[in-house]
Amino acid sequence: MSYLGRRVGFYLVTIWAAITINFLIPRLMPGNPVQLLIARLQGQGTLSTRAIHALSVAFGLETHQSLVAQYWHYWVQLFHGNLGLSVTYYPSTVVNVIATALPWTLALVGISTVIAFVIGTGIGILAAWRRGSWLEAALPISTFFTAIPYFWLGLVAVAVFGVVLGWFPLSGGLGQGMAVAFNGTFISSALYHAALPAVTIVVTSMAGWMIGMRNMMVTTLGEDYVLVAQAKGLSERRVMMTYAARNAILPSIASFALSLSFVVSGAILVEIVFSYPGIGYVLFQAVQNEDYPLMEAIFLIITLAVLVANFVADLAYVFLDPRTRQEA
Amino acid sequence: MTTTVNDLSPRSELVGELEEPSPVARSARRRLSPKIVVGLAILGFFVLMAIVGPYVAPYNPSALGAHPLAGPSSAHPLGTTQTGQDVLSQLLVGARSSMVVGFVAGAIATALSIIVGISAGYLGGFAEEGLSMLSNIFLVIPALPLLIVLTAFLPRANAIVIAVVIAATGWAWGARVLRAQTLALRRQDYVEAARSVGERAWRIILFEILPNEAAIVASSFLFTVLFAILTDASLAFLGLGNITAWSWGSMLYWAENNEALTVGAFWWFVPPGLCIALLGTGLALANFGIDEFINPRLRAAGLSRRGLQIASRSHGLTPVMRRPTGSGGPSGTGSIRLAEDAPGVAAPLSFDEVSGASPKSQWAPAGGSRAPEGGGR
Repeated sequence: MSYLGRRVGFYLVTIWAAITINFLIPRLMPGNPVQLLIARLQGQGTLSTRAIHALSVAFGLETHQSLVAQYWHYWVQLFHGNLGLSVTYYPSTVVNVIATALPWTLALVGISTVIAFVIGTGIGILAAWRRGSWLEAALPISTFFTAIPYFWLGLVAVAVFGVVLGWFPLSGGLGQGMAVAFNGTFISSALYHAALPAVTIVVTSMAGWMIGMRNMMVTTLGEDYVLVAQAKGLSERRVMMTYAARNAILPSIASFALSLSFVVSGAILVEIVFSYPGIGYVLFQAVQNEDYPLMEAIFLIITLAVLVANFVADLAYVFLDPRTRQEA
Repeated sequence: MTTTVNDLSPRSELVGELEEPSPVARSARRRLSPKIVVGLAILGFFVLMAIVGPYVAPYNPSALGAHPLAGPSSAHPLGTTQTGQDVLSQLLVGARSSMVVGFVAGAIATALSIIVGISAGYLGGFAEEGLSMLSNIFLVIPALPLLIVLTAFLPRANAIVIAVVIAATGWAWGARVLRAQTLALRRQDYVEAARSVGERAWRIILFEILPNEAAIVASSFLFTVLFAILTDASLAFLGLGNITAWSWGSMLYWAENNEALTVGAFWWFVPPGLCIALLGTGLALANFGIDEFINPRLRAAGLSRRGLQIASRSHGLTPVMRRPTGSGGPSGTGSIRLAEDAPGVAAPLSFDEVSGASPKSQWAPAGGSRAPEGGGR
């Protein structure tokens, strides 16, 4: 089986696992969402048994059905794109809520992740090439940045650049009363609002790429072919980029997959700090309102997005590493 | 220092000998990398804070005070919250909960990763495929959204429950690394020998393989503790878990919810985040120190200015070193070394030294090949 085929198989299994986990959590955890919701609604008057039953059906938690039957029903609903109604944004469907929020997240997290990867990898290459320079001395400082909670740096950024200096808006994704339209004012307003959250994500996630790349690069620089390249009298730049970095970057791309879930988790929190109208903020609203259908759907959609990004990284890997193109 | 190059031999020859550590190995272990020292010092400071914090806190962290939102003063070194609670007391009391979650989650996740990783690597075949698939799935599924969904169904979960849930999602990385290392060790002569003598599998795993993975286990433990502390703070910040108990995360939650940002009460939200970041830095530094133990090439520490100049000068030259005929080991350990051998560079330790095996002198440098050590002077 080819490399890519194996990866696709793996992703399919992972999607199945994520969906199954998603199905099992509300059914196996001690807290029953229907019970919680009933408890919440009971403050506003008692519920009839029929209303309770209706809620159970709406959540797909009918206890008289067997687990297998519920599981089958769950898949059928999923393939119909039916993820239920949102409690928070009632009467919107979960799918609609996510569809409005997703583009914001994709733009913010996608672009800042790519920027962080490029800058971090670039600095990593240089830090390994010029060992002992100030770049290498900066490594412990970058360690500090990897350890910072994303959302806390976001809080500090809001306090400093938003409240004290007043350079950037405190929250939101657009100016007051603006609608999504593709014209100059929209784009500039969107960029203006995205700047601070994007910088927060870049600063905190960059260090991880940097340290990883530097370590791979240092290992690669010890290889014989780098020595040969130098012995041939090739230019520094050529040895660094074409011989060493080109090989050292492969594991970095392979680990892109694994690091991405960390980055996405952090980005969710950054959105919450900045009240950015993306998936993370919607997830926060869902948590605040005990909106279980929305929470679960967001977990699925984030997992799916991470898997797609991983698959793109795999395609890049196949393109870059000829060994994966050979029949194994 | 003089035996620097001796440690480059392929692992297979080294690990067979489990005699007393040579003086060199011992002295090398005594000179720990500054990263480990600094990292452990920071870690020790916070462990101390978690132990004595609640006893030395000047106030009851929940007691309301007369001076709401007051900046740092002699009565309240870190100021007060919106209800006049003492921030320093909250910080000291909260340290315990954050540290307990971190270390309990780290311990559980490390145990899980040892069980899954080593059995996957040692057993091979169908079990290996299944277990490594399982850990890869857990690696790719984004942990935080999963944890949010999980903890949302556990209202008012206490610290230990949160730690268990975090451990359930955070073990996969360690398992993956341990599996790879076990695969490499499994075919070593001494493991084969133990097997042919008739040792039971659990004994081989426990006494032959595990000791040689001590550094990786330690590294994955520290990594998981860091992950758990960050995740715990994130969950508390979202209002999940137990936000009525004091922890660094719940401090941030209350600060955010009481508009500490917009009123500029930096003394309220900066200290807990800074503590998390510092503790995380300590853990990560210790981790990098261990990485350098495992892969000596990564070392930067100890490069003096002079040593660097020599190193960079010799960079383009062909080092006068002879490779041993038998060392066709993995590219990592057996290849010709460049700048890293400059004077002042700490002696590279092979991975096995960490666990106490003494490196056997595998290949002696040819006459002039002490050059990387003294030649530049």
